[in-house]
Amino acid sequence: MKERLEQIKNCALQAIESASSMDELNEVKVRYLGKKGELSQLLKGMKNVAPEERPKVGQMVNDARQLIEAGFDKEKELIFKKIREEKMKREVIDVTLPGTKVNVGHRHPNQIAQEDLERVFIGMGYEVVEGPEVEYDRYNFELLNIPADHPAKDEQDTFYITKDILLRTQTSSVQARIMETGRMPIRVVSPGRVFRSDEVDATHSPSFHQFEGLVVDKNITFADLKGTLQQWAQEFFGPETKVKFRPHHFPFTEPSAEVDVSCFKCGGKGCRMCKGSGWIEILGCGMVHPKVLADCGIDPEEYSGFAFGIGLERVTMLKYEIDDMRLLYENDARFLKQF
Amino acid sequence: MVTPISWIKAYVPELDCTVQEYVDKMTLSGSHVENAVYLDKNLEKIVVGVVDKIEKHPDADKLVVCQVNVGEAEDVQIVTGAPNVYEGAVIPVVLDGGRVAGGHDGSPNPEGGIKIKKGKLRGVPSYGMMCSIEELGSDRNFYPEAPENGIYIFDKDKGLKPGDDAVAALGLRDAVVEFEITSNRVDCFSMIGMAREAAATFEKPFCPPEVKVSGNNEDVNDYISVDIADPDLCYRFTARVVKNIKLAPSPEWMQRRLAACGIRPINNMVDITNYVMEEFGQPMHAYDLDKIRGHKIVVKRASDGDTFTTLDGQVRNLDHDVIMINDGEGPVGIGGIMGGENSMVTDDIKTMLFEAATFDGTNIRLSSKRIGLRTDASGKFEKGLEPQRALAAINRACQLVEELGAGEVVGGVVDVYPNPVEDVTLPFEPEKYNKLLGTDISEEEMIAYLERLEIGYDAETRTLSIPSFRLDLRCAADIAEEVARFYGYDNIPTTLPHGEATAGKVSFAARVEGVLRDIAEQNGFCGAMSYSFESPKVYDKLRLAADDPLRQAVVISNPLGEDYSIMRTIELNGILTSLSGNYNHRNKNVRLYEIANVYLPKALPLTELPDERKRMVLGMYGDCDFFLMKGVLEEMFLKLGLSGKVTFEPSKEKTFLHPGRQALVYVNGSYAGYLGQVHPEVCDNYDMKCEAYVAGIDLPVIVENATFDRRYVGVARYPAVNRDLSLVMSKDIFVGQVEKVMRDKGGNLLESITLFDVYEGSQIEKGYKSVAYSLVFRSPERSLEAAEVNKIVDKILKELSRLGVELRA
Repeated sequence: MKERLEQIKNCALQAIESASSMDELNEVKVRYLGKKGELSQLLKGMKNVAPEERPKVGQMVNDARQLIEAGFDKEKELIFKKIREEKMKREVIDVTLPGTKVNVGHRHPNQIAQEDLERVFIGMGYEVVEGPEVEYDRYNFELLNIPADHPAKDEQDTFYITKDILLRTQTSSVQARIMETGRMPIRVVSPGRVFRSDEVDATHSPSFHQFEGLVVDKNITFADLKGTLQQWAQEFFGPETKVKFRPHHFPFTEPSAEVDVSCFKCGGKGCRMCKGSGWIEILGCGMVHPKVLADCGIDPEEYSGFAFGIGLERVTMLKYEIDDMRLLYENDARFLKQF
Repeated sequence: MVTPISWIKAYVPELDCTVQEYVDKMTLSGSHVENAVYLDKNLEKIVVGVVDKIEKHPDADKLVVCQVNVGEAEDVQIVTGAPNVYEGAVIPVVLDGGRVAGGHDGSPNPEGGIKIKKGKLRGVPSYGMMCSIEELGSDRNFYPEAPENGIYIFDKDKGLKPGDDAVAALGLRDAVVEFEITSNRVDCFSMIGMAREAAATFEKPFCPPEVKVSGNNEDVNDYISVDIADPDLCYRFTARVVKNIKLAPSPEWMQRRLAACGIRPINNMVDITNYVMEEFGQPMHAYDLDKIRGHKIVVKRASDGDTFTTLDGQVRNLDHDVIMINDGEGPVGIGGIMGGENSMVTDDIKTMLFEAATFDGTNIRLSSKRIGLRTDASGKFEKGLEPQRALAAINRACQLVEELGAGEVVGGVVDVYPNPVEDVTLPFEPEKYNKLLGTDISEEEMIAYLERLEIGYDAETRTLSIPSFRLDLRCAADIAEEVARFYGYDNIPTTLPHGEATAGKVSFAARVEGVLRDIAEQNGFCGAMSYSFESPKVYDKLRLAADDPLRQAVVISNPLGEDYSIMRTIELNGILTSLSGNYNHRNKNVRLYEIANVYLPKALPLTELPDERKRMVLGMYGDCDFFLMKGVLEEMFLKLGLSGKVTFEPSKEKTFLHPGRQALVYVNGSYAGYLGQVHPEVCDNYDMKCEAYVAGIDLPVIVENATFDRRYVGVARYPAVNRDLSLVMSKDIFVGQVEKVMRDKGGNLLESITLFDVYEGSQIEKGYKSVAYSLVFRSPERSLEAAEVNKIVDKILKELSRLGVELRA
């Protein structure tokens, strides 16, 4: 009996080891461990064993069974691994084939620039507001210290609907509307469409966008204007950006300035983008004219403020090095998908 | 304003800087430089030479071999084909290795000029080149003495020696700087004004020309009288008389200065007028006094319907708002714009009447536009000149007449100036300036800056007296700017506003817009941008009915053209135009969206601002269908918390959409837009030979209803009961009707309805369709019994059968 058990055990382990597939292995399992398997058959011979020997033999059979089962589990795992390895070998792909096209759209570059600008100013505590595009003369000109006979009001520059209603030529119209509400302090930016009577070419469009900023509070200074725009420029164009303020003239600010930033392409050394000067003209700004404050109902002796206006298309075109403004309005998918 | 540096230096003699320094510092003090042109650009190794000897070329009839003295030990041999050189001629010579600006054929000058090297001409060595004025970068307009064809020959009397700098001898060692003058600085449209700025910027003495009142002992009043009948349009009129005129070329210094400004020298009298216009910024006019009838000038408005022939021979139509210069019998000039043919100066002039007047700038600008005639003079006047400079200018002109010996100036000036402008003073308020600027500039410093600008300071009264030419200085902020300019904008500190903190934010509407953009883009739509104005033809292209209210648009009174003449009332044209552009560029599968305003007038003509409504428009062609568009909208409504509030109603009313493939969108019962397939005829109108789908959403309605508030709904703990229903119904029945019944009758336990199949075909009776739904029932509190679900389903089916919808057998 003992010899027989040893024999079964060895045969089983050998058979397990030589099994090359799950099917074969299962067959082996059935043959040795199944209900009608060899071990079961052997146990049937227990009745021939002396009663005092029976526990001992029983123990031996159980040991053998455990040994075979362990061998079986081990082999099962090996075969599993082997099968998976083989499957993966068959599954090799050419990873240099192109990726599956995912159809995702793109923001318009002008919109991206606008949101980038908004983000910087929101971070500095500004509220984003909007104003009407068809506007009263009063907000677009009169309250901004642009009197009736000013050349800027010529039909050459301004689209008129009626004598008093026009297409706004500047987002500064929103300044007057905000100031007129009388809520202090004011810290707003206002992006939007503006219109001027320019024929379409590579650098002109009868419709374009501006990004206006206005701060009114007690003790606002020109130094604050400089600091604010410097901080904006460094966040928008990069921390190394330098800012240059040049005296200029706008009817609704005094003192006024034009602002250049050091060329973000060449860092100020001079390149094609900055036409060799190292500087790029980026915006107009100034201290809100006391007459504008007063006309909007704010006491210029108590309050002061600054305002600035950025040409959005200009920023977009600089940022992406777009050389023709018409592309922004043509909406060719091959153009739009680049942003 | 174009200013040769040499001319500026005439008034700021101590100005000593490079052109670049000049440009940089002038820009920082407020005179923005548009460009700076070096007149000696590309002119290298060009000296004065004297032709010693000319011999025939042995092998070429048209060439000669010259020995030229260029101030060195040996003559230089130069072969030339120029016809006008002679022995003893003093000429500009470019030596071997030098450079000239261009060729002599008048073609545009190359950027880097032309390098001159020694070479052989028909076998004879030549070591340089004699230059024509064109090769030196100029032309006969500015050097009238230069020959039409040939080498420039210097005047023998100039005292030039061989080897001298020929470029300097031609007055080309100079640079011309063009400034962008802002409209407030009328004083800077003159050499004197710019020189004053330069002197203040570089802190050098300013030496304007000393104007001497001149003239013989006659009295001009015996020659002419002046009357201003309309002093609202003509503020001042000064006149002087010059007799015994001797027309001749003006002196070289004057010619060179005019030429550098781009003004062609003509003769002494014309040049003096132009010179004073540049120097003082004051336009002048000259009349032939012998043609002035009645010895008098009357300045008055024209009458409507008048016509007048200007000195260019053109007949001009006038009106009541045009100011005219008349003599004793009729008009002789349009004030401030152009003189008349009847009084114009000709070569046989003997006695001349000079005018320097001041007109209302706005009137000149508007008149010149109405008449269609813009001149140098009107360009200056329309900026609004102050009356003071007219007198200085006319005296300066007469002074130059005497200095140049161009005629005999009659004594005295006629000066009619009915309402003299009062002197302007402002209080000196240094604290205010510092407070506005955020600076700490001392009073002394401020006064020094202001005095450089000829702004007077009276210490006793602490007042500033503003010079008459500074029309822009009228309040403390204006003075603060002058202080800041010369203190240096760069030197003002950088600080940030302090005071009450404010929260940065965007509006709720902007947040909604952001979600819409994100979802559109996630589904392949690219952001587009189109014009707000368009052609009225758009209505027809979109098949709008003749009485469609969308045809009532805001009309631009002065559009760029009919194609840009109305403010859009419907959002579609831009996106369809863009789709068409893409289609015709053969771009495949294009999806575009735009968020922009339409403009809906409340009444026409406008009495108040139109209703500007933001719209989102989506458009696509290619790999897409109606349900893709609908799916995108549904996703948007889901994200905006609107899913349960939106209905899509079948419609035929949008004439620009396919009548069988369109739906109107309602949010909480309010109309919020449409979607559908573009009507094939509209596609034709936009040159698209494919199906296209669009949607237009009215943002205000969406924004009003949208919410980002959410309440967590527990994930179901009890099992669901599913029932699949396969229904047969007439094709005319919309599934929307079926789903409404399901929802109405399904009650709280009906969790979801999912349509999973629509079938029409051989298995189904003609005119019918089969629609399959999966209904999910669930209770949040317990497991449902099959029987109660069956009851609900029976209720639904019963109601559906009233619609003619039956279970499929």
